[in-house]
Amino acid sequence: MNPAIKINGVHKNFGSLHALKGIDLTIEQGEFFALLGPNGAGKSTLISILAGLIKPTAGDISVMGFDVVNQYQQARQLLGVVPQELVFDPFFNVREMLRFQAGYFGRGKENDAWVDEILEGLGLADKAHTNMRKLSGGMKRRALIAQALAHKPPVIVLDEPTAGVDVELRQMLWEFIKNLNNQGHTIILTTHYLEEAEALCSRVGMMKQGEIVALDSTANLLNKFAGKKLRLTLGDVTLPANIQSLLRKQEKGIFTFALNDMAQIELVLAALRAVNIKVLDMQLSEADLEDVFLSLVGKAS
Amino acid sequence: MNNTKLINSTNMKPSLRGPWTLLKKELLRFWRIAFQTVAAPVITALLYLLIFAHVLAGHVQVYNGVPYTEFLIPGLIMMSVLQNAFANSSSSLIQSKVMGNLVFVLLTPLTHFQFFAAFLIAAIIRGLVVGLGIYLVAMWFVDIHVTNPLLVVTFALLGSALLGTFGIIAGIWADRFDQMAAFQNFIIMPLSFLSGVFYSIHSLPPFWQKLSQLNPFFYMIDGFRYGFFGKGDVSPLVSLSIVGGSFLVLALITLKMLKSGYKLRA
Repeated sequence: MNPAIKINGVHKNFGSLHALKGIDLTIEQGEFFALLGPNGAGKSTLISILAGLIKPTAGDISVMGFDVVNQYQQARQLLGVVPQELVFDPFFNVREMLRFQAGYFGRGKENDAWVDEILEGLGLADKAHTNMRKLSGGMKRRALIAQALAHKPPVIVLDEPTAGVDVELRQMLWEFIKNLNNQGHTIILTTHYLEEAEALCSRVGMMKQGEIVALDSTANLLNKFAGKKLRLTLGDVTLPANIQSLLRKQEKGIFTFALNDMAQIELVLAALRAVNIKVLDMQLSEADLEDVFLSLVGKAS
Repeated sequence: MNNTKLINSTNMKPSLRGPWTLLKKELLRFWRIAFQTVAAPVITALLYLLIFAHVLAGHVQVYNGVPYTEFLIPGLIMMSVLQNAFANSSSSLIQSKVMGNLVFVLLTPLTHFQFFAAFLIAAIIRGLVVGLGIYLVAMWFVDIHVTNPLLVVTFALLGSALLGTFGIIAGIWADRFDQMAAFQNFIIMPLSFLSGVFYSIHSLPPFWQKLSQLNPFFYMIDGFRYGFFGKGDVSPLVSLSIVGGSFLVLALITLKMLKSGYKLRA
């Protein structure tokens, strides 16, 4: 079975800017994959190359075995991409747009049942005959997602689909996308909401300045980079040097430590006792992707 | 609202459905706003006809035996055909680019040739619909005889194809509405007004006659008019080869632009 997406040594230069510096990444069919990274890391550039919207300077990408440049027709047929920007065609209503979009991919009337399913699943059914122009921002976002799904692609790429979207829609959207994933669709997601990636995605890739800096299952990443999170309220103090390396965040007298195992709690507390720093409050929690993200991506930038 | 349903693509091969859908969308786009895209240019042409015929009839000598008003009509029809073919492809592309919704087409498996064909055919149809509209209305006022309908149709098709193609080039090239307006105001308008719509170039001083002969619009208007009266400023074969040749050259340039992804795929 061909991988859903295979990225091989992809570079992209925009003039003197080296936006992608040799990306290698394989995403298997049926995966729910998250691509994370700060703004400007190159996520959208990578997705645009995948979608054929821009050309790579070097390297190649294939979708289920079809090269996105040389076999673009087959590759694009298998791919549904939700663009990041909220774009729409003001001349048509939602259903017309979906029919057109499916039609571009060679789908005709036999596809109408699927279009209805999308409209239903994304809560757009009662807006089917509303002109795109008259939709609210959230509804436009739904329509944008619906358009990417109109030809029922096996590989679905969502570029920041929940940016500026309310909680209700986010939940509805993820329910729908999870369903598609269960039916065998491969999902690739970029998002700023790390808790979304953590809750949904089985594997995560993190990008920074045009490179992939971490690639592993969500569980492994969480274990590897930060087992536990210890939040201590200490007030305005200076930490002893031997526990400085565990410190992740310091804010208004609240110190957050990333611990690899429980034994380190004692280490921290002992060090504080030794210099007579009093613990005012203490919280222990599981690390989340944000901690991983910060430790990998956040600190240097 | 239901014109989508009028065109049935159920029995079509899936490979043809893509370009067909794009053509259908392009046609609906201008048809939905036909008041602006069809009725308005028809009215404009009729105003020209009314004013110029009133002011110039009897003052301007065109071909022997052809009254000025009759002479004017084919020129006005062809000028509108050309301008509207250009307007259709260029405005659709620039709007989609500025709005950002061209991405929906760029994400599809449509080939560069299919993309070209859909925009081209839509432009031709818009041009022809406007031309036909002017013809039908003008028939009320003036008796128009058509000597060679085949020539009329050929020039209308080729001329709208040429300008539709030029519109695609302009739409790909321009990034902003003002750049597109520059195309309209500095290329399309001067070339169409100085093409012999309102006069026979034989009435011009020799220098201006020569200059007019460098204007491709002149051959489109003259060839089209030849189909009506059986006479013109130059032979229709000359016009046909120049217009046909220009179309082929522009079409090849456009296809090359689309294939390379110029301005559309970075």
